[in-house]
Amino acid sequence: MAAYKLNPDSWVDLYADYLFNYAIARVSDAEIAKDLVQETFFAGLNSAKNYKGDAAERTWLIAILKRKVIDHYRKINSNKGKAEVRINYNASSESEGDWLEEQVADPFSKDGDNTIENEELGLAIEECISKLPKKQSLVFKMKTIQGMSTEDICNELGINPSNLWVMIHRARTSLMGCMNQTWF
Amino acid sequence: MKISIEKAKQICTKSQYGEATWWELLQLNVYLLFSKECSDFSAKNKKLTSLCERAGLDTLSEDDKDDMKKKLKELS
Repeated sequence: MAAYKLNPDSWVDLYADYLFNYAIARVSDAEIAKDLVQETFFAGLNSAKNYKGDAAERTWLIAILKRKVIDHYRKINSNKGKAEVRINYNASSESEGDWLEEQVADPFSKDGDNTIENEELGLAIEECISKLPKKQSLVFKMKTIQGMSTEDICNELGINPSNLWVMIHRARTSLMGCMNQTWF
Repeated sequence: MKISIEKAKQICTKSQYGEATWWELLQLNVYLLFSKECSDFSAKNKKLTSLCERAGLDTLSEDDKDDMKKKLKELS
């Protein structure tokens, strides 16, 4: 018997933001990331009959998204033709063979490590957010990620400020518990 | 002046968004002097804020999500 089942009706609510953050970290463009997420859902729906239920739904969707990201870069490459790299380099016999690495690597930069760690952090937070009750998750995202004003959120959701702060407080308390072991 | 620990924690959360009033902040700061539980919670709450900022999270708008749902429904 399959361990997991697909439920496409809840994909957008449960996984869209997680997949979006995964994609945006790789393509650095919100519009392209959004399209890739949409394409991932389409592809998931089209190949749902091949889903064996061995992997969790989100893991399966991430695997599809990875392929979509690779396809995206392939497509860019075929449209542009071969990439042209212009690097000025004064060759010397002692550094021969190391020129490309010297041009691309910055030995004093920790940006690469930070980027990877921040991406892991982002996905960990997204995973914890996805475990929150739907309304708490929505209010937390509107306030913390989108930076909306309390008044606008209350108007949009038809709640009062006291309700909003209770929901955000509960969401944050749950997130602290969820992320406690790894990040605190 | 006396507030419950749950109320103190809620003010702590509100202060993470810069929306606690000066009176609430005063109540919270007095509470923090005497309650280790509340000061631990406050430290974690600040840490969560800094983690969220560091992660640079993005989210799709509700309109984008509704649009996605609509297109998925059309396809299924």
